[in-house]
Amino acid sequence: MLQASRFHATLPAFPEVNIIVASGPLAARQALDQLKLALAPLSLHIDELSTVELVLAEAVNNICEHAYANGARHGPIHLHCRHHRDGLHFTITDEGMPMPGGCAPPGLAVDVDGDLSEVPEGGFGWFLIRDLARDVTYQRQGAINRLSLRMAVALG
Amino acid sequence: MELSSKIEDRARIVTVGDARIDAAVAIEFKDAMRAETADGPDLVVLDLSAVGFIDSSGLGAIVAAMKHLAPRRKLALAGLTPTVDKVFKLTRMDSVFSLYATLDDARRAFAE
Repeated sequence: MLQASRFHATLPAFPEVNIIVASGPLAARQALDQLKLALAPLSLHIDELSTVELVLAEAVNNICEHAYANGARHGPIHLHCRHHRDGLHFTITDEGMPMPGGCAPPGLAVDVDGDLSEVPEGGFGWFLIRDLARDVTYQRQGAINRLSLRMAVALG
Repeated sequence: MELSSKIEDRARIVTVGDARIDAAVAIEFKDAMRAETADGPDLVVLDLSAVGFIDSSGLGAIVAAMKHLAPRRKLALAGLTPTVDKVFKLTRMDSVFSLYATLDDARRAFAE
């Protein structure tokens, strides 16, 4: 695992964050451990921090599961974060397969009103990302998937 | 994935020892739940009071455990910490499970 950090002040007291982890079952944990350390100077409220953690976990897990095909492929996952007045701006890039159809999933709420045996066991990830994050955009740039999103926390 | 369980009156209480139920341990959790609940009472209470974080994979694993026990047996959840509770509410899974703030609340509800 690699960790690279560059420092360009966007708001005082908080540097730009760059985290790189290898795809795999522990990628999200490793990325989040590093991210939480990097975000410590912001002293986010526990609710805000857990929301950021959840969204980033879902984004990284999706990359491992789909872009890197559950371990059939391997590659880096790069997490970049800058702090602006309207929150934390994240860009997550990987070198795996593109999103089907070139679009990020709509993340519709799953239907929980039917029979118990029909309650879905998956499909919550993109719903949580779209529900909790703002300005979600996905682009395929060459061999790179680039997902950008903003978490409206630590507002300046 | 650290699970422990005991039978109390009419319920099996399964306690999660890990602080996270996430993608890294979701399959392990599902298997461990099956092992812990292979026999015993029809009511299973999952004590989540030590769990500080759950992602959609963990949530899916709890749904899978519930479906594995159904239709005859029932899975209730107790001791949801704020972050875990938030994930259940956002995904509306709080309407699928019986949720109890604490294990004692669950005990009281099922003693009635």
